[in-house]
Amino acid sequence: MLSKSLTLLLTLYIVFAGTAVVHAKGNTRLVLTGSSTVAPLALEMAKRFEKSHPGVRIDVQTGGSSRGVVDARTGRADIGMASRSLNQSESDLFSHTIAFDGISIILNKSNPINSLSNVQIQNIYTGKIRNWYQVGGPKMPITVVNKAEGRSTLELFLHHFGLKNSNIKASVIIGDNQQGIKTVSGNPGAIGYVSVGAAEFEEGYGTPIKLLPMSSPLSRPLNLITKQAPDGLAKQFILFAQSSEVNDLIEEQYFVSLAAPSK
Amino acid sequence: MSEFLSPPKNIDRWLGIGLSMLMGLVALLLILIVAFLASEAWPVIQGDSWARFFNSDGWYPLENKFGLLPMLWATLAVSVGAVVLAFPLGLGSAIFIEYYAPRVIGKPFSSVVTLLAGVPSVVFGLWGLTELVPLINNVHPPGASLLTAILVLTLMILPTISLTSRSALSSLPAHLLQNSAALALSKKSMIVGVLVPTASKGIVGGVLLALVRALGETMAVLMVAGNVVQTPSGLFDPVRVLTANIALEMAYATGEHRAALFASGLLLMVLVICVVWMTSRLSSGEVNGYD
Amino acid sequence: MAMIDRSFTIIIWIMAGLVLLAFGWLVSDVVVQGAPKLSWQFLMDEPTRSGREGGIYPIIVSTLLILMTALVVVLPLGLGSAIWLAEFSSKSSKRVRTTRLILDVLAGVPSIVFGLFGYAFFCGFLDLGFSILSGGLTLACMMLPILIRTTEAGLAAVPQDWRKAGAALGMSRTTLLWQVLLPYASPAITAGLLLSIGRATAETAALIFTSGYVDRMPESINDSGRALAVHIYDLSMNVVGGDKASYGSALVLILMVVIINLSASTLSEFWLEKKISRLK
Repeated sequence: MLSKSLTLLLTLYIVFAGTAVVHAKGNTRLVLTGSSTVAPLALEMAKRFEKSHPGVRIDVQTGGSSRGVVDARTGRADIGMASRSLNQSESDLFSHTIAFDGISIILNKSNPINSLSNVQIQNIYTGKIRNWYQVGGPKMPITVVNKAEGRSTLELFLHHFGLKNSNIKASVIIGDNQQGIKTVSGNPGAIGYVSVGAAEFEEGYGTPIKLLPMSSPLSRPLNLITKQAPDGLAKQFILFAQSSEVNDLIEEQYFVSLAAPSK
Repeated sequence: MSEFLSPPKNIDRWLGIGLSMLMGLVALLLILIVAFLASEAWPVIQGDSWARFFNSDGWYPLENKFGLLPMLWATLAVSVGAVVLAFPLGLGSAIFIEYYAPRVIGKPFSSVVTLLAGVPSVVFGLWGLTELVPLINNVHPPGASLLTAILVLTLMILPTISLTSRSALSSLPAHLLQNSAALALSKKSMIVGVLVPTASKGIVGGVLLALVRALGETMAVLMVAGNVVQTPSGLFDPVRVLTANIALEMAYATGEHRAALFASGLLLMVLVICVVWMTSRLSSGEVNGYD
Repeated sequence: MAMIDRSFTIIIWIMAGLVLLAFGWLVSDVVVQGAPKLSWQFLMDEPTRSGREGGIYPIIVSTLLILMTALVVVLPLGLGSAIWLAEFSSKSSKRVRTTRLILDVLAGVPSIVFGLFGYAFFCGFLDLGFSILSGGLTLACMMLPILIRTTEAGLAAVPQDWRKAGAALGMSRTTLLWQVLLPYASPAITAGLLLSIGRATAETAALIFTSGYVDRMPESINDSGRALAVHIYDLSMNVVGGDKASYGSALVLILMVVIINLSASTLSEFWLEKKISRLK
């Protein structure tokens, strides 16, 4: 019984797999890999692009900015995606900005603090201030939420506040935006920094967080990376991704489109 | 182990050769994986640069500090803690299914345990992050901590222990039960004194499987452990384990930083090899079950 | 004496209760948050707006294809290796002990390492690209040690009398294996298979790097396809406002595991009964 059904399953499977092995790659297929921040946006752009260009297939893969850069260089991907600018060792590659992502400080909604100065934020992150009463809040220990090493959001944050990562006394270290939001929303004493769009959406949705006003905006570019100056299908797609045709998709992902770089 | 008593025939020889080749293929896999890790980590382990992993204070790869020790201790603390909690629960529930539960309860209960094995680690992580972390935060902030990681991991490895213990118990020969009954042993003495010790090989195997699974678990621990690189000094301390380190930073790492992450993967493998080797030394000394 | 006995019984019941309680908490959380999302349409539609809306049909198909690919590889390889270990090798030889050590180590390779390995080896070195095939093969590597160890244990537990009976009937080892040993060990094999399938369907880290992220309907196993666990991870960690759909998908995944478990254990019981009754 088991053997028979297994044989049947196997046969079906081999037939299915066999019919599929031959398929053209050609110039109708584009592979994008990289940043998990850019991937959902690129995926939606790709779907719209496929609709207006019948026969074209665009495969979007995720896995992080560095992977996007490496894959673009080795040719494993036609286009890489990165949520950061290229660094010096990568200056031989071409980057094409398609949108911006702002960063905001967030607190739990139950926290009565409504603004913090840059110096206060520095002191909180370096562990000189460890309790909310020291900045005029209730007696409650501060939970400092920081980003993992290498993340562009972290670099931006450190640069903006003139901090060094080894001086930061973090209580929780997170990876992605949503983890940060979930951590802060579940902890009355937490402070963190995440993507503005994501925070605004979650706040509007009723998640117990609030955004702190920032003295100057913090933002990072979302880039498409190519090894050479793009041509053919890759060029068409990059131009499409930078055009106003996709503004609604960018807003849908809570990023800032090129047309309005400062919000 | 069991041996055939019938003399080998031609077909058997061929089958034996074929099967041993399959086994060789599986063994090759591990060699491939370790070789792959080593080659990716090479830039930071060649010469004496590997010493940085053990004498740097802290893990700040971008500032050239590569201290792995705190994460090593954290990994051990989380895994051992989870096994210590999951072992009695897993074995207990296996005993429950085999010897205590009425049939109407036993069957659904055992499918519940199997089901638990199929819940994705992301779901465990999500549940831990949104339910458990706030709860523990009330006791002692920040909530994301060694304790939370241990609790979530306990649930994740429990099915492994329970299912393997149960299959070890259920395949005990029936005469064992009859003999014990003839000796008028009570149910408890029978289980504790005869059945569990006889099945101990299978149970230890399951615990080992669970321990290495705990060492290798990534996503769920990443979501609830807090991920601060520090040597754990209490249950409420946030900690970062080696796997979480890879998952958190690999996406954005380049150059030496990337190689250092592969090196932490390699360290994890060394850890697993040590555990497995130690266990095999331990179990080879003990009496060999019922055969 | 009776006191100790009674308290042991109570302790066992409490443990079972604790397990049930924790499980109930976890599942009720998923059900409460995921049930409103669950509908025929959710199962049969394509995802839209990064998965926040629409359904998960292509993702379910990809998940099943990845799982089948893995099983096609893992079943012959895993059962074969286990049979060799349990029946065709001498238990104390150095080779066997080393093999067993290798298997246990393999079981402890972190899934993310499998992912990176699969990315370098299957996608890159073997040039399979980001595809269901690469993902399935990577998963197969993860499932192997679990299946081999449990099958081996199951075979080892077959009473020696059965082998004697087979030998007396003049059966070849191969026949004996197929007619007696495997059916007898089938509950253990099934348990191992379920454990490994559970681990496979729940896998995220290894699949992000190999089978990929593409959420449209796969045309073949050479296409990239997003697995359910990857979808859940992306929705909960990466897509703003994706929580509801994430819990919905988690509920579907759990239901899928239930169905797989039920059918696998029914099949194995059926096989066992049929073979054993034929012997008698």
